Amino acid sequence: MILDAAASIGINIPTLCHMDLKGTCVKNRPASCRLCVVEVQGRRNLAPACATKCMPDMVVRTNSMRVIKARKTIAELILSDHPNDCLTCPKCGECELQALVTRLNITQMPFSGGELSQRKKELTPSIMRNMDKCIFCRRCESVCNNVQTVGALGAVRRGFNTTIAPTFDKMVKDTNCTYCGQCVAVCPTGALTEHDDTDRLMDDLCNPDKIVIAQPAPAVRAALGEEFGMAPGTLVTGKLASALRQLGFDYVFDTDFAADLTIMEEGAEILERLKKFLAGDKTVKLPIMTSCCPAWVNFYEHEFPDLIEYPSSARSPQQMFGAIAKSYWAEKMGIPREKLVVVSIMPCLAKKYEVTREELKHEKLQDVDYSISTRELARIIKRANIGFAELPDSDFDSPMGESTGAGVIFGTTGGVLEAALRTVYEVYTGEALPKIDFTEVRGLEGIREATIDIKGFPLKVCIAHTLGNARKVMEKLREGKLDYHVVEVMACPGGCIGGGGQPYHHGRIEVLQARQKALYAEDASKPIRKSHENPDIVALYKEYLGAPLSERSEELLHTHYSDKSIK
Amino acid sequence: MKTLTVDDLAAIKKRAEKLLELREKSNALVSEESCGIEKGTGHLQILCCGGTGCKASESALIVKNLKASLEQHGISDKVDVITTGCFGFCEKGPIVKIIPDNTFYTQVKPSDAEEIVSEHIIAGRKVERLLYVDPETQKHISDSKHMNFYGKQVRVALRNCGLIDPENIEEYIARDGYAALADMVFHKTPEEVIGMIKASGLRGRGGAGFPTGKKWEFCRAYQDDAKYVVCNADEGDPGAFMDRSIMEGDPHSILEAMAICGFCIGSNNGLIYIRAEYPLAVHRLQVALEQAREYGFLGKDILGSGFDFDIEIRYGAGAFVCGEETALIHSMEGKRGEPTLKPPFPAESGYLGKPTNVNNVETLANVPVILTKGPEWFASIGTEKSKGTKVFALAGKINNVGLIEVPMGTTLREIIYDIGGGVKNGKKFKAVQTGGPSGGCLTEKHLDIPIDYESLTAAGSMMGSGGMIVMDEDDCMVAIAKFYLEFIVGESCGKCTPCRIGNKRMLEILTKITEGKGEMKDLEMLKNLAEVIKDTALCGLGQTSPNPVLSTMNNFYEEYEEHVKKHKCRAKKCKALLTYTINPEKCRGCGICAKDCPASAIMGDVRKPHVINPYLCIRCGMCMSRCHFGAISVL
Repeated sequence: MILDAAASIGINIPTLCHMDLKGTCVKNRPASCRLCVVEVQGRRNLAPACATKCMPDMVVRTNSMRVIKARKTIAELILSDHPNDCLTCPKCGECELQALVTRLNITQMPFSGGELSQRKKELTPSIMRNMDKCIFCRRCESVCNNVQTVGALGAVRRGFNTTIAPTFDKMVKDTNCTYCGQCVAVCPTGALTEHDDTDRLMDDLCNPDKIVIAQPAPAVRAALGEEFGMAPGTLVTGKLASALRQLGFDYVFDTDFAADLTIMEEGAEILERLKKFLAGDKTVKLPIMTSCCPAWVNFYEHEFPDLIEYPSSARSPQQMFGAIAKSYWAEKMGIPREKLVVVSIMPCLAKKYEVTREELKHEKLQDVDYSISTRELARIIKRANIGFAELPDSDFDSPMGESTGAGVIFGTTGGVLEAALRTVYEVYTGEALPKIDFTEVRGLEGIREATIDIKGFPLKVCIAHTLGNARKVMEKLREGKLDYHVVEVMACPGGCIGGGGQPYHHGRIEVLQARQKALYAEDASKPIRKSHENPDIVALYKEYLGAPLSERSEELLHTHYSDKSIK
Repeated sequence: MKTLTVDDLAAIKKRAEKLLELREKSNALVSEESCGIEKGTGHLQILCCGGTGCKASESALIVKNLKASLEQHGISDKVDVITTGCFGFCEKGPIVKIIPDNTFYTQVKPSDAEEIVSEHIIAGRKVERLLYVDPETQKHISDSKHMNFYGKQVRVALRNCGLIDPENIEEYIARDGYAALADMVFHKTPEEVIGMIKASGLRGRGGAGFPTGKKWEFCRAYQDDAKYVVCNADEGDPGAFMDRSIMEGDPHSILEAMAICGFCIGSNNGLIYIRAEYPLAVHRLQVALEQAREYGFLGKDILGSGFDFDIEIRYGAGAFVCGEETALIHSMEGKRGEPTLKPPFPAESGYLGKPTNVNNVETLANVPVILTKGPEWFASIGTEKSKGTKVFALAGKINNVGLIEVPMGTTLREIIYDIGGGVKNGKKFKAVQTGGPSGGCLTEKHLDIPIDYESLTAAGSMMGSGGMIVMDEDDCMVAIAKFYLEFIVGESCGKCTPCRIGNKRMLEILTKITEGKGEMKDLEMLKNLAEVIKDTALCGLGQTSPNPVLSTMNNFYEEYEEHVKKHKCRAKKCKALLTYTINPEKCRGCGICAKDCPASAIMGDVRKPHVINPYLCIRCGMCMSRCHFGAISVL
């Protein structure tokens, strides 16, 4: 394409609708915003650089007066149908339209005063939609339909009244939306943003009657630094703990601890099913599928209700943490449940929905009170005048702050499976792993498979990320053509590192690659790298839970699924 | 299902020719004498238009009454009543034609049936009052050949419309129907046929004018396990109905052409994308499809040649943009009807991602006759770059509204004045809008341009699908531009910025101007915007959408200026710019205007001159129509 060719020689043609997360299936090229138009010699009209192929001897002008005038007019037109409230917009400073307008030096709005298209607003547990701000780039639609194959969003109505919405302009909450948040991750403007819980958190932190505890997810530490000008992939684990403490969290724990706990439960479940299978039990459901990703859980409850016995019943690390914090830890500390506020910091927007799930409530009360995204945390840190870059490193609190390398890699595609393999191998064989790294399950390929030799038993595993790839796997399972023992699914491209709550990648795949690399680096640097060797986990089982899959474990750490298909 | 052989086809043709013999002979024959049973005419035929327009004027009831009357007179065995497709002269519909004397009755009512039967069919006397009256000579003309409306027409695509019974395949066969297909599957290679289409110079009649043979050649070059032939019957230009008429009057020509195209490009599947608002065309196509399958012209192993081809009908919901081929394909796939960027062209990746050839109805209707009569014959009609004929739908302020077909290169003057009978009510010609909503307005100075694809584009309009709307001095060109833009704003799919927002903003500026609130800088902005939209919109609809604005601005700039500077609309169409006043010398103070004024804007004492309060006046014109003394005028 002209756009890429120009970029390769240092000519950056402006774009708006275009997005290509190279190496993944995240692509949007409708050639509809028309901002990237260029003049091609011999062509009657201007050509969109994003979608016009280069030809030998082609003469292209990217900055002729004709081009500049057209681009400016188009940008002015977009502005004429966009609310003029940048200063109070949640996307202010991150908005691609804002950046573009600055770049095109637009200082007047000749078409303002015209009619604005009337579109809906909605606040779901995870996502805020303010479609007045939609510039119709179709990125969210591409992601929702082509990448995630959920199809909750599409163009509705025609012409000036077009809006991107569920069919018949229904509300998102009435659809099969999984709240994966990938639409938010790609939205260039403030049309799709997260459900903001920062004010709620500020209130709680300032309330002397509340004990507020934090649990940041693995992928947060590999991305938060970007919000403070650090290079993608900068690990800020120590600064993260310090910042949370400075914000006024009473205890700063780590979701990685709960990730280790998840491996204990899920690992035990894998072994249980495998043992049954090897004993000739034909009813056992294989492959067992991971269940840490809440968007993935929503997806199979909506789309594959006939297969809900396949995924592991283990709760996600976020929820395991909440359950243990509000039982074991609260009892140990003598903190009454109603005084305790558990806040998770997640790379994810579906987690905001997950905390409200009825299945996960304890006597109708939530185990995790709410979840804020990486971006929201950055916002609060800035608001609290904390010089993040200058912060010293500190450790997480004990006992729910200790984690292993296995817990850390939960944040990337392939990580949960690798963590499980480390434990399953050693528990199954009773022998120490000859090599801790299972590099064969790593990478960014959409669907990956490997056969792991567990002392003679060939364990067939598969990793899928993005729901579209998950659908391919599930459809094979439905047809009875799936020959795996364990399958890991994460809804977002790259796993949690590319989650809907992470700092915006603005279409740069290098950002995801750097975050992934950072997590593996943190894993490699950890003294303990297998979940079952985490001393706090060992203590937890000894003191409180007994063993994985024990009655108390089942009650606190496992859940059930149900048919939630939209009929 | 029986498999027809080529010999069977010849036999059917022979049998069916008898049906048409009378009609074809009489077509050649011009006689003032009328025929009738009492005058010794052995057999007569009554053709009655069964097109949508005439059907709306109860032509089906005319047929019923005619049949009943013939029955009553006991002569139904001597007279056939045949429902045909559109004759084209819709202004004068319903049309009834008597064969063999070729009498052309216009504006026939169901109640006229009895008179036609007893007077003409039996007694052999023409029913004078139903004959066409020449507007110039005021003389009755009984034969279409002598009417100016038909005189300059050359009917190629419409060759069978108004002649054959579209629901009888044998009548089509009698007119050399399916002969091209039969000949092709046994004696020709796809390359030969493509070569013939290329040699004929046939270009797409949907608007853009791409050479049809080349299009087929491109599609043939792509190999895949499935390929598709699509007939674009999503006729969307306001006022254009040539495609509908062809499908209603000659459906088999489309089916045959699609099969021919399938053979050429290597496809076995045809799809007709037709708007659901065309129920009669759909019905006729369905009947034709069934008959064609029954006779073995469609389906497996056509005529025993080994070539398989069948056709499915797909319905559109009538979105204008779905006439654009990529949008059409998306609509057929069940997706939102919006265009995508080309390349890839449908020939490479079309319906379901497979190579697809999309042709418009009128284009396809030309194909069989090109093969039977030869490409040289076709190429002998028309201009250097535009061969053959073009069907136009005449509408607006013109005497002879209807469907006409003329050789390419005919001038607008010939069409409007000779065929169309000039401007209605003797008013002055102002402009003609060609090419549908995305075409442009041409003026007096363009009247003598021989029209073809290139000349229309050069003049700032386009061929489009062939809509032609005539405007007179009472039409305001700013209001006309606004009208077309309203259509475009309503029909834009909303995908690309210039079309979605740009056209909306243009419409807002135009509205401002017609309301007298325009400024001179608005005109500049309008022009700039129009040029940017033309330069940057994604699809043909968007790229041509500013044409009505640009062409009226180019040709009638003074009218725009008048609206802005003088707040005046010379055609008195822009309400906000009108001032109603009462001439005190003429006003008798009767008070009827004040009584009927819905806005209570008129005041005055009885028997004293009244006055209109311009601030309250809503410019409805009620007072003017009520005044008995002509005291009220509008400026």
